[in-house]
Amino acid sequence: MIDPLRTDLVPLAILGGIGTYAARALPLLAPGADRLPAPVLAYLRLIGPAVLGAIAAANVFVADASLRVGPEAVAVVVGALIGRWRDNLLVGMAASVIAVLLLRATIAA
Amino acid sequence: MSGAVVNELRAARRRLAIDSIGIWVLAIVIGTIFGFTAREGDLSLVETAAFSAILFAGASQFAAVGLLAVAAPWASIVLLVWLLNARHFLYAASIAPHAAALPRRVRAGLAFLLTDEAFALTSAHVARLGRIDLSGAWYAGFAIFLPWNLATLAGWLAGAALPDPATIGLDVVFPASMAGLAVGLVRDRAALVALAAGSAAAIGAALFVDASAAVMIGGLLGPLVGLVVANRSRGAR
Repeated sequence: MIDPLRTDLVPLAILGGIGTYAARALPLLAPGADRLPAPVLAYLRLIGPAVLGAIAAANVFVADASLRVGPEAVAVVVGALIGRWRDNLLVGMAASVIAVLLLRATIAA
Repeated sequence: MSGAVVNELRAARRRLAIDSIGIWVLAIVIGTIFGFTAREGDLSLVETAAFSAILFAGASQFAAVGLLAVAAPWASIVLLVWLLNARHFLYAASIAPHAAALPRRVRAGLAFLLTDEAFALTSAHVARLGRIDLSGAWYAGFAIFLPWNLATLAGWLAGAALPDPATIGLDVVFPASMAGLAVGLVRDRAALVALAAGSAAAIGAALFVDASAAVMIGGLLGPLVGLVVANRSRGAR
């Protein structure tokens, strides 16, 4: 039986949180962030699509250290395209969920 | 503020609110799974809540619980957590030029809430307005923090009574939200190339380097390729 009020691992959460917060805070708190050269600003503007695409791609195209194009990858790509077409993230996410369920059912049949 | 500016702000906030519905669902589903997983990994309710409230970074929380389950030393767990969350440096760097005029205390507070999802919502909101909207930025942060922490508690308390998210297709909600927000940020050729190159680099890194470095490598290389391609096509004209 776990004691719900045990606190042994709270310092570990704090230690992990310190480095995490540092990564999130340093660029925001560093002076001069609004006076960066134009090429740097252009680079920073492109981080959003690159990082978010990287998260999605690494999530659905790689499984157990090998390349995999399964129902999840197809569903996520289809959902992203539908979301872009309808200009609505929620519609795209719903499309991904429906697509993955349909693809899994088709494969299982 | 002129009427047009107010209308533009209202429209952008409406879009932010609609986009965040999917993020709420995501935070509730994954947060619940984390609470359940942490309990299975022998973490107490207080310890589990501390991970979600203080560390507040989903993937690294799962990784930490996984390492605790195999009795890994604290130093290696902390190091892995820091490495996994190093990508947040890029998020903050991307938002920093827009947030520079905000008071230091506000920036320090926003930094605490800067997760993958908060960055995705905030950067899309900034792209729509061309500037940061402080209320929108706070909302984007708390749209994750509140459901994530409440769901963590619910997951720990509800335990095995929960269904497997994969059986109802909810396991794709996270990558779908990231992909949807990435595609939504594509406004020009450079952004499209950055998205494609970042994704390809992340896949390559996950396959041949290390899965934990994939997002960082994709996030660093993607914009570089995007800029090179944009400059070349400008030079060719």
